[in-house]
Amino acid sequence: MTNMNLYSRGDRLFVIVNMMLIGIFAISTLYPFIYIASLSMSTGFEARAGRVILTPVGFTLEAYIRVLSEPLFWSSYKNTFIYTIGGTLMSLAFIIPGAYALSRPQLIGRRFWNLMVAFTMWFNAGLIPFFLNMRDLGLLDSYFGIIIGFAVNGFNIILLRNFFEGIPRSFEEAARMDGANEFQVLWKVYVPLSKPAIATVALFCIVSRWNGFFWAMVLLQDEEKIPLQVYLRHVIVELSDDEEFANTLLNATYSFETVSAAIIVCSIIPVLLIYPFIQKYFNKGILLGGVKE
Amino acid sequence: MIRHQGAGPATEELVIEAREALRHRVRRRAIWVGDHFRREWQIYVLLAPTIIWFILFLYKPMYGLQIAFKDYSIFRGVAGSPWIGFEHFQTLFGNDQFLRAIKNTVIISFYSLLFGFPMPIILALMFNEVLQQAFKRTAQTIVYLPHFISSVIIAGIVITAFSPSAGIVNTVLGWFGVDSIYFLTKPEWFRPIFVGTGIWQEAGFQSIVYLAAIAGVNPSLYESAVVDGASRWQMMWKITLPSIMPTIIIMLIIRIGNMLEVSFEMIILLYQPATFETADVVNTFIYRQGIQGGQYDLAAAAGLFNAVVAFVLVMAANTIAKRYSRTSLW
Repeated sequence: MTNMNLYSRGDRLFVIVNMMLIGIFAISTLYPFIYIASLSMSTGFEARAGRVILTPVGFTLEAYIRVLSEPLFWSSYKNTFIYTIGGTLMSLAFIIPGAYALSRPQLIGRRFWNLMVAFTMWFNAGLIPFFLNMRDLGLLDSYFGIIIGFAVNGFNIILLRNFFEGIPRSFEEAARMDGANEFQVLWKVYVPLSKPAIATVALFCIVSRWNGFFWAMVLLQDEEKIPLQVYLRHVIVELSDDEEFANTLLNATYSFETVSAAIIVCSIIPVLLIYPFIQKYFNKGILLGGVKE
Repeated sequence: MIRHQGAGPATEELVIEAREALRHRVRRRAIWVGDHFRREWQIYVLLAPTIIWFILFLYKPMYGLQIAFKDYSIFRGVAGSPWIGFEHFQTLFGNDQFLRAIKNTVIISFYSLLFGFPMPIILALMFNEVLQQAFKRTAQTIVYLPHFISSVIIAGIVITAFSPSAGIVNTVLGWFGVDSIYFLTKPEWFRPIFVGTGIWQEAGFQSIVYLAAIAGVNPSLYESAVVDGASRWQMMWKITLPSIMPTIIIMLIIRIGNMLEVSFEMIILLYQPATFETADVVNTFIYRQGIQGGQYDLAAAAGLFNAVVAFVLVMAANTIAKRYSRTSLW
């Protein structure tokens, strides 16, 4: 459709109006982020008075200095990195071998194992039994519990299994001739050929780990272990109701609002940094996700 | 072994022969299985961790679901607690808060569907009409972004933007002489804010599916339409939209199948006691009763109810969609 140059006047008008509408939608998507960024760099009084609209008013970085001087901010940031990196590596350590085994035709009970994985996508026991199970396993308040407890999910396994199944058998024959065993075939043939699919799964894991807050909030009591999102919730959601606390933060240079905004900006930055990679692989991933049972 | 009266020696011989053959087959099968594991054990080593993980973290909780029918106490454990039948379910269906949660779940899902479902389709159709590739890519990059931002941050933005003191929404309303409104404490505002936030966050990303469907439309349809002098507006309505209709219907069925899956994490972040009336859904009810209130058995019963209804909906949606498209969703 792109290289048609025969427009009528109506077509030209249509194309222009369409672009304007898309532009408006894109701007309204972007605006809240700009607003928050500007708020974080404004002075507390200007923010409180509702004078921040588009650009910072009375530019100051005091809110950031306040945020960065908070030890809990740093420890939660560190924890988020631990959960994201540890969790993603743990996920791949389960998902790659598991998906490979499920893709092998000679596996006895292959239908059963596949169904066992797929069934969990349609039915799960729910919050309470999962929580009690974690408690019974002694995984409350532990780094390891968060990392292992959410390592695998049916969708990622099936996505990768489908990709493995799509790789022609002929690729592994040479390796088999040289006497390679299953581990070697997986590691030397399938993994290198599946880099895009593995990258997609890894990005799914990274994003959900980075953003995950609910279970971390439920399973972790110890402040030292909470990730950034739980800390964020504590500050932004719980303290926002607390007028008195908000007033203690208010001074000429920063206010509760600008401090919240500054924390939001700090936690978005890493997502923005990996966003180009996400864009590259997610579009593919969501289409690979036309998952078959 | 049963010996029938009057069975001659010939029959007996046949029986013995048949047993012999069966024994032989079983032995051969055993040898084959033994051989198979000796040859292919590595595959099972690769599979084992995943299966163990599924049993330990997803199937064991299903066993734990039995507390929905028990008077659960932490000290007695899942197996040791006494059975009480359907008592928790009776309690739930006599509980106004639970009934309210079901009602809210259905209403919020319905609004999300009504306003949220068409948006990505419209966006995809619009993106398809953009001729400048650079503009299209930039706009797509922007509208996909909120999908990757955590719900805590989105909630933080919403809370800040709607705040009565400094929020931009009240600032703008102030220009028109409207008094400051504390939106997040007003029950009548919760659903519009929640549904609107969901659309803002997901509409762009969800348009990818429809863009992929549009990419698959046969270009010759457009070529002949151009020869016939069709305008772009006509082509969008008469060619693009009908061509992606199967995808639209499949997505609609999936959405209806996932009705109960309102993003309760976002609700937990945005609601407060003042807005429970319109905001409390089944999952937030479970969270409050069970994890915050310690009534594990009652909350597990509510969860079981939720899971069974969701399972039936998803299975029905899958079957209908399969029949419709002749391709499985999964």
